[in-house]
Amino acid sequence: MAELTMVEAINLALRQEMEQDEKVVILGEDVGWDGGIFRVTEGLVEQFGEDRVIDTPLAESGILGFSIGMAIHGMKPVPEMQFSGFSYLGFHQIESHASRLRWRSQGRFTVPMTVRMPYGGGVRALEHHSESREVFYAHMPGLKFVVPSGPRNARALLVAAIRDPDPVVFFEPKKSYRAFREEVPDEDEPAEIGPASIVRPGDGLTMVAWGSMLPATLEAAERIAEEEGAEPEVIDVTTLAPLDYGTVAGSVKKTGRCVVVQEAPLTYGPAGEIAARLQEEAFLRLKAPVARVAGPDVHMPYFAREKSYLPGAERIIQASRAALHY
Amino acid sequence: MPLTETGPDSKIEYLSILNEDGELDKELAPQFTDDLLLKGYRTMLLARRFDERRLKLQRSGRIGTFAPVNGQEAAQVGTISALREDDWFVPSYRETAANFWRGTNPADMLVFDAGYNEGIVIPEGARNLPNSVPVGTQMLQAAGIAYAARLEGTGEVAMTYFGDGATSQGDFHEALNFASVFDCPVVFVCQNNQYAISVPRARQTRSQTLAQKALAYGMDGIQVDGNDIFACFAAADDAVRRARETFRPTLIECVTYRLEMHTTADDPSRYRDEEEVEKWEKRDPIERFGSLLRERGLLDDGSLEDMEAKIAETIDAAWDEAEKRIEKAEGVSAIFDHILEQETHEQVRQKQQMSDGLGGVSGYG
Ligand SMILES: Cc1ncc(C[n+]2csc(CCOP(=O)(O)OP(=O)(O)O)c2C)c(N)n1
Repeated sequence: MAELTMVEAINLALRQEMEQDEKVVILGEDVGWDGGIFRVTEGLVEQFGEDRVIDTPLAESGILGFSIGMAIHGMKPVPEMQFSGFSYLGFHQIESHASRLRWRSQGRFTVPMTVRMPYGGGVRALEHHSESREVFYAHMPGLKFVVPSGPRNARALLVAAIRDPDPVVFFEPKKSYRAFREEVPDEDEPAEIGPASIVRPGDGLTMVAWGSMLPATLEAAERIAEEEGAEPEVIDVTTLAPLDYGTVAGSVKKTGRCVVVQEAPLTYGPAGEIAARLQEEAFLRLKAPVARVAGPDVHMPYFAREKSYLPGAERIIQASRAALHY
Repeated sequence: MPLTETGPDSKIEYLSILNEDGELDKELAPQFTDDLLLKGYRTMLLARRFDERRLKLQRSGRIGTFAPVNGQEAAQVGTISALREDDWFVPSYRETAANFWRGTNPADMLVFDAGYNEGIVIPEGARNLPNSVPVGTQMLQAAGIAYAARLEGTGEVAMTYFGDGATSQGDFHEALNFASVFDCPVVFVCQNNQYAISVPRARQTRSQTLAQKALAYGMDGIQVDGNDIFACFAAADDAVRRARETFRPTLIECVTYRLEMHTTADDPSRYRDEEEVEKWEKRDPIERFGSLLRERGLLDDGSLEDMEAKIAETIDAAWDEAEKRIEKAEGVSAIFDHILEQETHEQVRQKQQMSDGLGGVSGYG
């Protein structure tokens, strides 16, 4: 077992999947000899050659449409969008083709591809390099949408995504790329796309987060436990589509209180969806309205002010106190 | 520093084999068996008559909007017939004649036109992709399929269809670029039918030809008389051979004309005049081909009547079958089919609620 960063863990997943299934290919801008601008694909072209780690022309739609074709022919492409903020130049390929091909061909053709893309703020990047727009992909039928929160689940979930028979969008929280290390087993670790996991058990308050928001949420949970004497239960939603309502509702039936944390702008975000569902499934058990901690409904500010945009432990603690003392 | 020249060394050729008067250039004419010639003619005629029937069905509210192929039958049958069965067909939404050549059942097509996904039945073993509606987007998939075929050494070729309007889309350029950079055995067939809905070809591009766009991507491009089935076949056959032997892609521009409306939702009299249509009617690809077949003694009034009668029977039978299937296509559960390999919990829950007759798909617990 080695202590890896998320970048290294994703690299390990890619390498091991490519070793054991020659249908897996990687393609994108700078993924080859440069090893990807975040070094996620480092060393892969040396090991697998240019036919399997493909430096493409600079064209997002090209990368995605071409990958869809390869997937139709039976390969397992893992295209990379350099930043999620540029995936819109190929968004129509995901919406119009990848997510629909199984349905549109009555099951004859499928698109087993995994689109990886770094998302989110917190690394003082340029405009278009920091946004969090998960609802675009979570809203689309025919697509799975995974957001790991740390090195270990990033590795396990990416393997599951590559092996999945359907298209998967895989959001990588770039703020967490190198922020911390985790033990990651050398051998395969089975993961399942879908189930959320309870990463901190408790019975005083349910806190729900995913991806880049998990570390701040865990930090807030510790402080709430110390300062309020209530043990929060923290749920890591590793998959936004299909979303595991059951685990969240089960927890809230127990705690009666819930705070959902998202990096995306508040309005229409996944937190709203989770709150609506809790209102249906646990209405009589709720002791307080479901609180949402989110970015404001603005574009991600330029980096000097990105901290004021991003939900952090302080805002999560504030919302948690409000929920506890309602 | 002297001014010198650089750039592509190729020119765009224009190919025509069977002219408007039905005269054949014997040197260029590909050789076919009589049976194959008649099969090509029958497929073109079936597509034309099928559209005529569909127009009536659409006008009486039995099926929805569709895009008539009328006038483009030679461009489609000529090119698609250059493929082997194990090659890939990546169509847009107007490829009725090419679809018939590839074995698509007219009854299935009518069920689809009536608004049921169940009408998408890809013939057993056929590598036919379903229609693509967003203009230009499917060409990239064809390039990707061809790339995978080359890597896997299967010897397959992909052929993809689109209109003149599609050449303005970014995806067209990305597809040509990828196909050329990565040596993809793919044939791009542009049916330049002169209009993208109401917008004339001259408003899409100032390029002299659409085929010349190939040169910018370092691949071969050729313009053909798209109402001449022989020219379309010869160009496609050449492109398919090149793709199979050298993996190089080709762009073929078939210069043709859409004799009908863009789709049944469109009124072409708003943007083009009758004179223009009449001019193109004289170049009708079916009549041109028919007169050659008559000259060769393969067709006469009697055998044409027989063929027409059989086609009418085929279409009648297709509609009978389609009507029965449409009547039986009840219940909502089919809308949940084929979204993912395995239904999600949420889909199962929503399907149950809808089958129980609940209005929404969410509610109290
Ligand atoms: C991306 C996209 N934009 C707009 C449309 C609406 N639309 C459907 S067909 C069409 C014109 C296409 O013209 P062309 O590519 O020349 O093909 P043709 O219909 O003449 O065969 C338009 C604008 C569409 N289907 N897809």
